Amino acid sequence: MSITVYVPSDSCAVAMGADQVAAAISKQAQNRGLEVNIVRNGSRGMYWLEPMVEVATAAGRVAFGPVQKSDVEGLFEADFLNGGAHALNLGLTEDLDYFKRQQRLTFARVGITDPISLDDYIKHDGYRGLKNALAMNSADIVKHVTDSGLRGRGGAAFPTGIKWNTVLNTPAEQKYIICNADEGDSGTFSDRMIMEGDPFVLVEGMTIAGLGVGATQGYIYLRVEYPHAEETLNAAIAAAYEAGYLGDNILGSGHSFHLEVRIGAGAYVCGEETSLMESLEGKRGLVRFKPPLPAISGLFGKPTVVNNVISLASVPIILDKGGDYYRDFGMGRSRGTLPIQLSGNIKHPGLVESAFGLTLRELLYDFGGGSASGRPIRAVQVGGPLGSYMPESQFDTPLDYEAFSAIWAVLGHGGIVVFDDTVNMAEMARYSMEFCAAESCGKCTPCRIGSTRGTEVMDEIINGDNLSKNIPLLRDLCDTLLNGSLCALGGMTPYPVLSALNHFSEDFGDHDQANAA
Amino acid sequence: MTDLNGNQEAVRNAIASLKDKPGALLPILHSVQDALGYIPADSIPEIAKALNLSRAEVHGVISFYHYFRQTPPGKHTVHVCRAESCQAMGSKKLESHVKSKLGIDYHETTADGKFSLEPVYCLGLCARSPSMQIDDAVYGRVTDDRFDEIVNELESSL
Repeated sequence: MSITVYVPSDSCAVAMGADQVAAAISKQAQNRGLEVNIVRNGSRGMYWLEPMVEVATAAGRVAFGPVQKSDVEGLFEADFLNGGAHALNLGLTEDLDYFKRQQRLTFARVGITDPISLDDYIKHDGYRGLKNALAMNSADIVKHVTDSGLRGRGGAAFPTGIKWNTVLNTPAEQKYIICNADEGDSGTFSDRMIMEGDPFVLVEGMTIAGLGVGATQGYIYLRVEYPHAEETLNAAIAAAYEAGYLGDNILGSGHSFHLEVRIGAGAYVCGEETSLMESLEGKRGLVRFKPPLPAISGLFGKPTVVNNVISLASVPIILDKGGDYYRDFGMGRSRGTLPIQLSGNIKHPGLVESAFGLTLRELLYDFGGGSASGRPIRAVQVGGPLGSYMPESQFDTPLDYEAFSAIWAVLGHGGIVVFDDTVNMAEMARYSMEFCAAESCGKCTPCRIGSTRGTEVMDEIINGDNLSKNIPLLRDLCDTLLNGSLCALGGMTPYPVLSALNHFSEDFGDHDQANAA
Repeated sequence: MTDLNGNQEAVRNAIASLKDKPGALLPILHSVQDALGYIPADSIPEIAKALNLSRAEVHGVISFYHYFRQTPPGKHTVHVCRAESCQAMGSKKLESHVKSKLGIDYHETTADGKFSLEPVYCLGLCARSPSMQIDDAVYGRVTDDRFDEIVNELESSL
C-alpha cells in the first residue's frame, strides 16, 4: 500500500534543501521497492524544523525534522514510513507545542493540503464561504465582513467592511478588486506562506469580494521576489477557471469574476496602495494624493477595493462560519486572529496565528524560545521596516492595534524581528533612513530629501560629531517627515529612528545630549 | 550578448502578445527582461510606439524600478538580502564576504561576466536568515563557507 509523505514546497523549506530531500526520498523508496506518494505541501510554519517531513500514519501525521538529504537513508533504515524511532522523529505534528497552542483560522489548511489541488481544498472546507456568498445579496456579504470586525492586515488596520461598503455604494460600470501581495516589509512572510501554501483561499476571498462590491475583475499585485508564489497562484487560478469557480458564470450563478496575477518590479513603495495602482496602470510607482479614495476612484479611475493577502484570505472563513464566529476571537477593537511572524535572532522562528491579545513576551520566549544566539534579547522591531523598535520594558504589551499605538508602536503586518544585545541601535536608525532614501518614490520633498539628509546626520551621530546640534536636528527632521510626507514611507520612517533614539539613547553617543531634546 | 535580431524578435513577441492588456507596460518589460536578461535601449522606441507613449515615459518606468536592468547581467545573478532580519543574523559580515569573494560591489558584474551582484530588501525567507537568491535558487542560513561552496560549484559548471 502506498504511504503518503509530505515534503514542503514552501520556498523557505526549499531554501533549506527540501527539494533535495524530496528527491532523495523518492529515490530511496524506488531502490527499496516501496510505494511512496510524495505530496509537496505548504509549511506548517515551524521553520527551525524545516525541511520538516511528515508521514501519514494511522495515528496521524508524524513529523521528522530538520531533515537533510544525507538523513534520508537513515530514516528508511529506521522505518520512518511507519513512524519509526529516529533522532529526528518529533512525534505527531498536531501535538507539537508550538503548533498546538495556535488558533489557525486563516492558516487552517496551510501545511496540511496539497496547495495546488482543488480537490484537496474542497475536501478541507474550501469554497464553502463562496457557496454561502452566492446565496446572499451584496449588502449581506459586506455586512458579514463588517460584523466580523476584520481590519486591514496589511498594516493600516482600516475596517475592511467599511472599505467594501464604500465601493459597493459607488455606482460604476467597472469596479476592481486588487490584492496587495507586494509583501515588502522585512520580517514578514505570512502572505508568501498563504500564496505558496493555500493559494485557493486567496482566490476564493477575492471572488467573494467581487460578489460583495460588484467587481468583475481582480488583480493580484505580486512582488517579483516571490517566484514560487507566482507559480502556485497561477496554478490555482487555472484550476479555478477550469472548474467554474472563476470566469463568466461562476458555478452557474450568472456572476462573473476574472483574476490575473501581475508582477511588481522591486519597488518597496508599490506596497502603498496608490503607488501600487499607478504601477498596475503601467507607470512609475508614484504615490497619489488622497482624496479621492481608491474606493471611489482607484485603478483606471474606477472604484477599487485594495486589500492585503491576509485580509482577503480571512474572508472565506468569515463567510463560511459567519461574521460573529470570527469576531469572537481577539480583544478590544482588534477582532479575530493575527498571523504573527517571528524572525531575526530567535531560536524558534516561524508563523504563529493566534487571537489578538498575546503579549510580546509570550511570543518571544514561550513560542520563540529566546534568542538564537543565547544572548539576551535587547530589541524587537514590530511591523516591518517602518515599525518602532521596542525595548524589554515594553515586552508585556498585548498584541492589539490600540495598545501598540498608545506607546507609539505599530503592529503592522505582524512581523517581529528580534535583535540580541550585540545590536547597535544607531546603526539600525541609520539603516532606516538609508532604506527610505533607496525606496522613496520621490514625489514629496520630506521623504525624498529628508531621508538622504537623515542618513548624513546619522553618519555624523555615529561618528560622535557635534551631538548637541545633530540630535535635535535629527528630531526636527523626523518631525518634518512625520507630518509632511505624502504616504507612510516617509511618514513612518521616524518610527524606527525615533524609537531607537528614545529607547536606546546610549547607542547615540553622549547619553545626556541624546536625552536633552 | 544576444544578437540584435534575437533581441528584436523577443521585443516584438512581447509587444504582440501583451500590448492589449490594461496597463501593459510592466508585463511587456518583464517579458523582454525574462527573454534577454535586460531591457536593451534600442527596444524603448518600439515599446513606446506600440503603447502610444513617449520614449521618456518608457525610460522613466524602467529606471524607476530596481528590478529592471538596462545592461546585460552576468551569467549568474546573486541577490543578497540586506533587510533587518538578516542583519540580526549577521548579514553584514556575509555581505562583505560576498563582495570580496566575487571582487565586485552591488550593481556590478565580474570582469569575466560570470556573476552580477544585487542587494535585495527581503526575500521573505526571514525565518532562516541570512538568506540569498542566486538565479532561481533560494538559500537560507547562508554562511561564508556555504556561499563559497555554492559559487565554486557554479564556477565549475560554467
